[in-house]
Amino acid sequence: MQRALTVVHALGLMLVVFSTAYLLPVFVSYLYDDGSMADFIMAMAWTLCIGILMWLSTRRYKGELSIRHGYLLVVGMWTTMPVVATLPLLLMVPGLSFTDAYFEAMSAVTTTGATTLSGLDTLPPAINVWRHELQWLGGLGIIVLAVAILPLLGIGGRQLFKAEMPGPMKNAGLTPRIADTARNLWVVYAVMTIICAFALKWAGMSWLDAVCHAFSTMGLGGFSTHDASVGYFNSELIEFVMIAFMLIAAINFASHFLAWHGKSLRIYRYDTEAHATLGLILASCFGIALFLWWNDVYTEFLTALRHATFNVVSIGASSGFASADYGQWPIFAPLWMLFVGCIAASSGSTGGGIKMIRTMILFKQAGREFLKLLHPAVVDPMKIGGRVVTNNIVFSVLGFIFLYFMTIATLVFVLLISGMDFISAFSAILACINNFGPGLGAVGPSSNYAALNDFQTWVCTFAMLVGRLEIFTVLILFTPHFWRR
Amino acid sequence: MKILILGAGQVGSTVAESLVSEANDITVVDFDGEKLRQLQDRLDLRTLAGNATHPTVLEQAGIADADMLLAVTQSDEVNLVACKLAASLYNTPTRIARIRAADYLERPEIFNADNFCVDFSICPEQILTDHIARLIEFPEALQVLIFAGGKVSLVAVRAVEGGPLVGRPLRFLRTDMPKIDTRVAAIFRQDRSIDMDGDTVVQAGDEVFFIAATQHIRTVMLELRHMDTPIKRVMIVGGGNIGRRLAKRLEKEYQVKLIEYDKEASARLAAELTNTLVLNGDGTDEKLMQQEHIGDIDVFCALTNDDENNIMSSLLAKQGGARKVIALINRSAYVGLMHRGSIDIALSPAQVTIGSLLAYVRQGDVEVVHSLRRGAAEALELVAHGDRESSKVVGRRIDAINSPKGATIGAIVRGKEVIIAHHDTVIESDDHIIVFVNDKSMVRKIEKLFQVNLGFF
Repeated sequence: MQRALTVVHALGLMLVVFSTAYLLPVFVSYLYDDGSMADFIMAMAWTLCIGILMWLSTRRYKGELSIRHGYLLVVGMWTTMPVVATLPLLLMVPGLSFTDAYFEAMSAVTTTGATTLSGLDTLPPAINVWRHELQWLGGLGIIVLAVAILPLLGIGGRQLFKAEMPGPMKNAGLTPRIADTARNLWVVYAVMTIICAFALKWAGMSWLDAVCHAFSTMGLGGFSTHDASVGYFNSELIEFVMIAFMLIAAINFASHFLAWHGKSLRIYRYDTEAHATLGLILASCFGIALFLWWNDVYTEFLTALRHATFNVVSIGASSGFASADYGQWPIFAPLWMLFVGCIAASSGSTGGGIKMIRTMILFKQAGREFLKLLHPAVVDPMKIGGRVVTNNIVFSVLGFIFLYFMTIATLVFVLLISGMDFISAFSAILACINNFGPGLGAVGPSSNYAALNDFQTWVCTFAMLVGRLEIFTVLILFTPHFWRR
Repeated sequence: MKILILGAGQVGSTVAESLVSEANDITVVDFDGEKLRQLQDRLDLRTLAGNATHPTVLEQAGIADADMLLAVTQSDEVNLVACKLAASLYNTPTRIARIRAADYLERPEIFNADNFCVDFSICPEQILTDHIARLIEFPEALQVLIFAGGKVSLVAVRAVEGGPLVGRPLRFLRTDMPKIDTRVAAIFRQDRSIDMDGDTVVQAGDEVFFIAATQHIRTVMLELRHMDTPIKRVMIVGGGNIGRRLAKRLEKEYQVKLIEYDKEASARLAAELTNTLVLNGDGTDEKLMQQEHIGDIDVFCALTNDDENNIMSSLLAKQGGARKVIALINRSAYVGLMHRGSIDIALSPAQVTIGSLLAYVRQGDVEVVHSLRRGAAEALELVAHGDRESSKVVGRRIDAINSPKGATIGAIVRGKEVIIAHHDTVIESDDHIIVFVNDKSMVRKIEKLFQVNLGFF
């Protein structure tokens, strides 16, 4: 119990720091004079108060975090932060229930990009900035950010970092100090986002749209400031810029950091995971374009290629923008996109899903089993990109994949019980657990999650959290061992 | 010459043995007193037990007036430090170190005069690996030795019934292959060298040594035996320094299976090798061999540290149907025993590698030395210097050179050109001359022949 209070103490401090995130929408509402400034300042004050209260009341329990409380802190932060983040939404969007607001905030921080709001074009600019800023913060990870800026997380920081960073092999060793690693990753992330914003502005967006879309592109979130998503702009140049930055964001940021640090692109040659990610996504783009053209969905191949590329990259990299209603395409295309979205993003990227590295490990493991049957004496260590992956990691990946599918199956059944049709339930859970946002059917790209009832919304919210924290971190809290002393 | 050898392991003792017989003063330093005693019992040399990197030990061993330091201990680091000490404290003129780690070898600046002062580095394992790799590339040959950076090769091949030249006199070699120039350097029949001229008839079973430009050796071999089907599958037993290097070298072009006994070592090997099938098991386990289809293996190489194991697994492999078996055998008595049995090639690591050291010890400008037939014969690459006045070879036709009997001038490399020697070829200064000597006692005379008279300077 005492240790749990230590977690509350750290959580309080994180909320205090998080409250500074409201400064950006405050500034935006000042610029656009959209009348939301007071609400944002109020939300900021509330967050600050809650944080300070949590921090001060548990002052006596200040201390180092153990591994198990690291998990508690990460899950705690990922569930309480959306709570405070709902404040501006509740204050400013009339008729929004807490369930929907929480869904919206969770969808933002987990970079899912599923929304329950409609009429986005008419929302105050500050609210849109707030939604996109949350996606950006969640993209590389709020805990990673906290580790980067809060010195008190010095020793426990590595554990926290690992509990949040996606992928089976954590790149926690880029620099000797974990805080430096986190800081460097965030600097690379921030610089790329700035470049992305300028590129989008240059491609023809307004400043507000450019900044918002840069946030959600680099975070692989998928929120847009328009109901028609990127289809609103109908600009090839904008789509092209976004494709480029989504692909960059789907690659491990450790590689970006090393490339930035070494001032050379050579590192990408050794990042076999990135090769597989890009290879799968780009091959799918071309294949689906061909398929659509073949089936006369688009009469011209280049049009087919344009829409296929943007939507496949968007879903494949797990962001969830749409430039066309791919729900209307023959069923193979959207299902294949969902499939790619489940596996394509690299570990250590801002994308969601199983992660390409796990897919590669599982593929190689299958190959190993075959080889073992043919040559019983063979010694065949798992190698990815020339480096050996220990059996421990292989086992943890096998465990992960089992939990992943069990979670999907269970949650799909739960949605079916609640009365949803199969394709909507299945695609909604896939879209939430893999953090790409739009699904098919009732939750397809042309509609949104507002049609879900409260229970279904909570199930999807849970799926997003579980998917973003890669299942183990969340589900470990539900094991009896975790609470046993 | 006064030579100080550090390390009395396999390389050290073979070098010592070879050099003692060439009238050098040898001192051997090693940690292991017992090894030294054994060495001293056999050979006429001085030994000293102690740490080869301690200056006092080196002084006692007489480094102050040594002409050459051979640091050939097991440890790269000891060898490097010894060379550095020899250079900075005692000004030893020539320093040779055995360096195994590729990490060092890839950074040659480590060896220069500002750092570890190593004049020449040798890696016996690498030499042996290259040697075996060449045997796999030319599976019909018993030996393939290269000269002049690979331009010229000396090949030993056993004549087999059905080769066009077998049963006919040597002079037909010319008419059979008018475009290709080659020279038969020696023929060994029942392990004895025979005198030959154009009328000598090649018999099946003869071991024929010929010299040719490297690109021609396949064609020449075709004269003496039918060509085998090309090699595809290679099995290696023993993943030590040699097995590992060989697998790494071959895995791109051949299907390689590597059997290693030690579990951890096989895991390390499997991590390092990308295309090789690493198997954990005993190389003498016939069940494992059957399981891995020994009958389909084209070349089987037994490369463990253990002679008996190598012999046994090679015999098993041959019995199981492997096309060609190569065994690494350290003990020279075994090598002689196995050579004409069912093991196709018995390799003595010492004999294969010693040449690279001998080249530095020899007087005159000797580029390459290859020791042949268990040290009985030798092939050398010498460089001719001087002019007609100062040299006994330059400016003369080959038949005018007073070369000892049993020595054959096989080829001359002039710049980039390979000239196969004929009686009327004239030698020029700076030619690289490849000489085959079928009796090692003649080597001294050959070296003398190529030395430049003092008046040259």
